[in-house]
Amino acid sequence: MSPRAAALHFDTVVIGAGTAGLTAATRLAEGGARVCVLAKGIGSTHLAPGTVDVLGYAPDRVEEPARALSELVAARPDHPYALMGVESVAPALQWFAGRIADGPQPGYRYVGDLERNHLLPTAVGVLRPSALVPETMAEGDMRTREPVCIVGTRSLRDFHASLCAANLETAGIAARAIEVELELDRADVNSLGLARRFDDPEFRAAFAAQLAPHLHGDERVGLPAVLGVRDPHGAWADLQRRLGRGIFEIGTLPPSVPGMRAFEALRTALRSAGGRLILGAEVIGAEREGGRISAVRAHAAGHDVRYHARWFVLATGGFASGAIALGSDWITRETVLGLPLRGAPAPGDPRFVGEYLAEQPMARVGVAVDGALRAEGAENVLVAGASLPGAVPWQEGSGEGIALSSGHRAAEVVLAEGAGVRAAV
Amino acid sequence: MSEGVLDELLRGSLDHCVKCTICETACPVSNVTPLFAGPKYTGPQAERYRVADEPSVDSSVDYCSGCGICTQSCPQGVKIAEINSQARNKLKRQKGVPLRDRIITRPTWLGRAGTPVAKLANLTIDSRPLRILGEKLLKVHRDAPAPEFAGRRFSRWARKHESPSTGRKVIYFHGCGTEYYEPEEGEKVVAILEHNGFEVQVPKQDCCGLPLQSSGLFDDARKVVLRLARNLAKHVHDEDTIIVGNATSCTLMLKREAREILSLEDDPDLKLVSERTYDICELLLELHDRGELKTDFQAVQDTIAYHAPCQQQGHSIGKPALELLALIPGLQVTEMNARCCGIAGTYGLKAEKYDIAMAVGADLFEQVRTSGAATVACDSETCRWQIAKATDRPAVHPIDLLHRAYGLQG
Repeated sequence: MSPRAAALHFDTVVIGAGTAGLTAATRLAEGGARVCVLAKGIGSTHLAPGTVDVLGYAPDRVEEPARALSELVAARPDHPYALMGVESVAPALQWFAGRIADGPQPGYRYVGDLERNHLLPTAVGVLRPSALVPETMAEGDMRTREPVCIVGTRSLRDFHASLCAANLETAGIAARAIEVELELDRADVNSLGLARRFDDPEFRAAFAAQLAPHLHGDERVGLPAVLGVRDPHGAWADLQRRLGRGIFEIGTLPPSVPGMRAFEALRTALRSAGGRLILGAEVIGAEREGGRISAVRAHAAGHDVRYHARWFVLATGGFASGAIALGSDWITRETVLGLPLRGAPAPGDPRFVGEYLAEQPMARVGVAVDGALRAEGAENVLVAGASLPGAVPWQEGSGEGIALSSGHRAAEVVLAEGAGVRAAV
Repeated sequence: MSEGVLDELLRGSLDHCVKCTICETACPVSNVTPLFAGPKYTGPQAERYRVADEPSVDSSVDYCSGCGICTQSCPQGVKIAEINSQARNKLKRQKGVPLRDRIITRPTWLGRAGTPVAKLANLTIDSRPLRILGEKLLKVHRDAPAPEFAGRRFSRWARKHESPSTGRKVIYFHGCGTEYYEPEEGEKVVAILEHNGFEVQVPKQDCCGLPLQSSGLFDDARKVVLRLARNLAKHVHDEDTIIVGNATSCTLMLKREAREILSLEDDPDLKLVSERTYDICELLLELHDRGELKTDFQAVQDTIAYHAPCQQQGHSIGKPALELLALIPGLQVTEMNARCCGIAGTYGLKAEKYDIAMAVGADLFEQVRTSGAATVACDSETCRWQIAKATDRPAVHPIDLLHRAYGLQG
């Protein structure tokens, strides 16, 4: 017995606790695999707006994602949707919607499909195409033209109702803004703090009473996405009833309350299925046996722990999370397992171009994979989410769609190979 | 590594902060009270205004409970809790330490004073008028959980106990809770280890210094933890020697917190002890993973609500107790989904913080009550005392249930 040998065995170890990692792990646990998620910390859920944007721009705005996806994969066989197979998207969305509907927030659900994108306002009033959205946001679909009233509060400094309304006006939507004063116990509150208050029916009643006299005719009401953490459906339905009109949430700057709801639903599903999630367990190395990874080494207090598994799912993200890094030696690396990358500009070629929003040569870098999302050079490692090469999610409006679909697909690949068998000790 | 370099590593980690606010969503304290400004504001943001040799810029950092959840949640690896602990130490150095904090952070003094007069001391703890007096004089809240002295010391039992010689030695670090308040827990740990073929050594030992550290008394904490490290390290003779403890916050102190927060990265004894220390459930689960844990468990008909304490989560080893309890036939275990019980060692004892601690723990208490469980299992003693008091249910260490399932005596 020696701390140097500290080790545990699982069927599959998932690295990363964002949408891709949690999806893969939960699906695997539901399929009967012994799963452990190792993560440096909490992932992208708390930062993204909580909608599932499958494909928003290709490069023009996408109205019918199913059709646009087919065209995209035909034109770009190196795109993540092409690698995982475009037929894997719909089942993943359906699976995710099911986990939310069965989740810890009663009545809270997602609506939408691949036939039509919603067109929801962002916090700054830009229209964003999104396939699957919380029901609490759906009324904000700007494909319908009813006038909107955007309601903000000065206590929430990251949401400016008048800016949002002004930009919607520019887009041709009749929009105006109201600011309400809220009785809060602190001057500066973030969206989560406010959302906790909206879980309280008395707070909602006072809020509705204050707002109601200022609303006009048939206008719908847009609020920052703070309508409850524990019971968002109840809070949303209650406000609709009290105000007698459609209410919709608008994604905020971090922390994202809808993202936290999704995280909680997935974590609950993972736990119910017997899966494990360990935070603060940064993976700092891997052990190889030929073309396979036999174990990863994760940081823990005092001594590292080795996690053996038959399969590993790498869902650590891309440049933003530090999972892929460009060194001062101009070499691009996958920092967790040291896997080969694809899409990095050749030595001597330009890596960046001057115009910030233009197509950047570095943008499509990701871990090199084959069609089944298997990493090149490590046959038992599957790659999911922003670690995949070939996409520019922030331009395409495809980040959550890729994360969810590839996480789900990676789990299906493992389950099809019979992951129920434990790793050899 | 020198103290300055380590401080730079902790402090340097603030440059990785991208202001994503994930720590703010996870902080159990700032989510219930405006008195603590939150881990991001108090940590990586305020740290930029903290200059060595200049007055402390802090006031609200004393309301951080030191649970460490912010550091566990941070996706960028910022040592938020550690930065805040150091800021609290500076604040205390400059603004003074209340008498209360000098007393309740010394479990050894309290234990040695209370043990010989346990009956009288326990009457004092149970006496409403004396507790009110204690609140007025010492600012220890009248309703805060206070453990009863066992009236005997675990180490006295251990000295007389002869562990069967198997050649497979393990060093047992029992901590102050076992020593003065729950000696029977220690006897159960020894019995379980012996049942699994270990020869248990119980060296002379004392407090790990965690209460001092979490109250910002760093100089005293350093002396205490280094003395413990010397005593334990003396018994580490070969590559396979390990140290095991059942006080999960004290083992975390030895594994990581003393080295990082108290800037003791360089101390060779502490480094050795840090690498060799195991939490008892961590050790037993690893044995099970190797197929070496005895699983001759009898059925235990009980319903359990399991809560993994923050300091246990700080080990970054998952929840080994849950896996172990799942091996016991008949036992119905529900995992609680709450962050913190609020007590955070001595935080919830303090009169000015008691209400915050109870508000932090409210989620957990409610889950325990609605779970239908008759018994709470939790790895940390101060959390057990807090949960037992708040939910009116017995709270035991997971090893208590394993001991019952093994059908061991003692």
